[in-house]
Amino acid sequence: MTSSPPDREPAAEAVLAVEGIHCTACTQLIELRVGALPGIAAIEASLATHRVRVRWDAAATTLRDIVGAIARAGYRAWPVTAGGSGAQRAEQRRARRTALWRLFVAGFSMMQVMMYAFPAYLAIEGEMSADIDALLKIASFVLTVPVLVYSAAPLYAGAWRDLRARRVGMDVPVVLGITVTFVASAWSTFIVPGPVYYDSVSMFVFLLLGARYLESLARARASGAIDALLEAQPATALRFDTWSPTATSAASSTQAPREVAADSLRTGDHVLVQIGASIPADGVVVQGMSLNDEALLTGESHPVACGVGDTVTGGAINLTAPLVVRVTAVGPDSRASAIVRMMERAANRKPALLQLADRHAGTFLWAIMALALAAGLAWWQIEPARALWVAVAVLIVTCPCALSLAAPAAQAAAIGNLARHGVLVTQGHALETLARVNHFVFDKTGTLTTGRMQVIDTIVLGELEAGDLMRLAGRLEAQAVHPVAQALAMAAAPLLVADKQQADANTPLLADSIETPGAGIEARVNGRRVRIGSPAFTGALHGQPFPAHAATRLGAHTLVALADEAGWLGAFALGDGIRPGARAMVAALRDAGCRVTMLSGDHLDAASRVAAAVGIDDVQAAMMPEKKTESVAALQRSGSVIAMVGDGVNDAPVLARAHVSIAMGSGAPLAQTRSDMVLMSARPADLSHAVAVARRTQAVVRQNIVWAAAYNLVAIPLAAAGVLTPWMAGLGMAMSSLIVVGNSMRLWQGAPHTAVAPTFSTAPHAQDLKAA
Amino acid sequence: MEILYLLVPLSVLLVLAVGVLFWWSLGSGQFDDLDGPAQRILDDDD
Repeated sequence: MTSSPPDREPAAEAVLAVEGIHCTACTQLIELRVGALPGIAAIEASLATHRVRVRWDAAATTLRDIVGAIARAGYRAWPVTAGGSGAQRAEQRRARRTALWRLFVAGFSMMQVMMYAFPAYLAIEGEMSADIDALLKIASFVLTVPVLVYSAAPLYAGAWRDLRARRVGMDVPVVLGITVTFVASAWSTFIVPGPVYYDSVSMFVFLLLGARYLESLARARASGAIDALLEAQPATALRFDTWSPTATSAASSTQAPREVAADSLRTGDHVLVQIGASIPADGVVVQGMSLNDEALLTGESHPVACGVGDTVTGGAINLTAPLVVRVTAVGPDSRASAIVRMMERAANRKPALLQLADRHAGTFLWAIMALALAAGLAWWQIEPARALWVAVAVLIVTCPCALSLAAPAAQAAAIGNLARHGVLVTQGHALETLARVNHFVFDKTGTLTTGRMQVIDTIVLGELEAGDLMRLAGRLEAQAVHPVAQALAMAAAPLLVADKQQADANTPLLADSIETPGAGIEARVNGRRVRIGSPAFTGALHGQPFPAHAATRLGAHTLVALADEAGWLGAFALGDGIRPGARAMVAALRDAGCRVTMLSGDHLDAASRVAAAVGIDDVQAAMMPEKKTESVAALQRSGSVIAMVGDGVNDAPVLARAHVSIAMGSGAPLAQTRSDMVLMSARPADLSHAVAVARRTQAVVRQNIVWAAAYNLVAIPLAAAGVLTPWMAGLGMAMSSLIVVGNSMRLWQGAPHTAVAPTFSTAPHAQDLKAA
Repeated sequence: MEILYLLVPLSVLLVLAVGVLFWWSLGSGQFDDLDGPAQRILDDDD
């Protein structure tokens, strides 16, 4: 019941946050209870994120029924909505405080009880008077009661939940162990004098709660990427009641915007985004030019330039100038919501190994209790006084917490790491498969190249240096709508914005701008006539021929020249640029032992040029989409594990065919992307990073499982042989869980290697120009 | 050693008192954000 075909759209889908999940038995119980309701299409409960994803038929049941079913199973659930709810966060804070308080009570009582137990451990027979001995035991008893009644309450609640559902969860053997120990100790204190183990009870509860507390902190960090995204969405927005594009600049607009709740924004509203504020919703810039920080959404740490007509994403931070944005998507349609949904879907998908573990968890726990009973009975024959304590030690030491955490903890940490660096994992199997991939197939346009016009070369022909050339071109083309003009304006945007901030005098003054359609623009700059456009149009201003060396160098590309009355100033070549870092990525994939192939629909010439530039020697050009699919299928038949990297729109069939598919986030609308992973930043370096993380994840999962299994194999015989006392068993159990969580959190570290610092994504030469 | 009859119960009371103190500090939110104050000192606006 954990999966259904991805191509069938469910009638309704929701993610619920659930409080009180501690082990796989809990997730199984929730799945069982909710699955029993009518009309449930799929339900997945995640141990790693404490979230339940459910899809159901809206006609047959309601969300209220589902939450009710989870509540009847003994858990508290509430829906998680993109945009985050204050109530949920307050609830989380309350739960964390309570957990910390329970931990403190157990820890403090543990230390004090240890003090009272100390004399009994050291005293020689008959040295301590019976009165003092009784007094210390009673004091220990008094301080252990709060541990049992208050600190261990969640353990009892968990065990009760399991028993009521007539099943065995992880809490049952634990509760059995501490109860037996406490009752036997109380018996020794008040009725028949004997050994007491109050210190073991309080220490075990402390360690177990401590492990769970740290684990919940680790989990909070792993899902921190999701929460950060939700928290980036501002709660309020400045909305214009009416908007007309007459005002000359957003800041000096005579129309005053009103502050409204961001939830109340509708598509088509115009909002003002102040400097330093978050953009309240997805939209299109209608006025202003600025740099945006989209690090949370794409992992891109450099600000992205945006001007009139560009799309901006809700949650991005506006850095340099006020913008007026027309809202195009709100609420569940927004990009941030789509990202959150996809991340949650991946985090909730269980790896195959874990599904197997789930099925056998119940049997395993019964086996533990049978084993504890058998060990107790055996010792009853040998040495009756120790039989009870041996049984307790076996019960505690075998708690399979570490084993149940092995895979989900590693996966959660890896997904969190990738999300921080702009790689979205949308299918749970993606990481497992990516680790096995030995052949990468790339699409060309939009994947290895940026897929849009950009300045790829600049030649200085006059006395103006490259930076000033770019500033001038940007100013001249600022109002034009032609794609070539926009490419130039975008390339210059970071320079112009920087000038504005420094009030730099470099910014050329512009007057009398006249556009000649299809040719170029003429304007008066600082009193001189200047033209930008085709070489013929600009050359007409001074009558000199276009320099031959420039023509040869820029030959194959779209050419834009810049001139004044005295002669040529410079020229720009525009084309579909190679993504920065693509070559390094191809080399990194080769080093990782993968073959690399490029499939392109373009003709051989263009395809070979790009392939040579990024270092791919296996090129198949002029391919129709069906042909690409066939080609990938042929590679698969020869035994390769294929990862297909595409822009996500044109190559949907090929993407579906490959073992694991990776889409460029800048390509298709995110919500429609069907690929297993999305490179939000569209940075090639992130792909090699993802491969490295996937491989490390598999290694960590293997380490975790080997460790947890080895621990149980060694500890069970020791406990049964009577070597381990209950407190040692408790220590070992908690340590094994902590080691698994700690080992998994190593995956949280590590960033992609970027050989060359990427510049503004739209202007690959901006850095050089600034330096000039 | 008679003093133990006083000291042991006293230590139990002391433990309870410290517990109450911690409960109060937890309730007043002192443990909600353990990283924030350390970072805030680097913030120019504060």
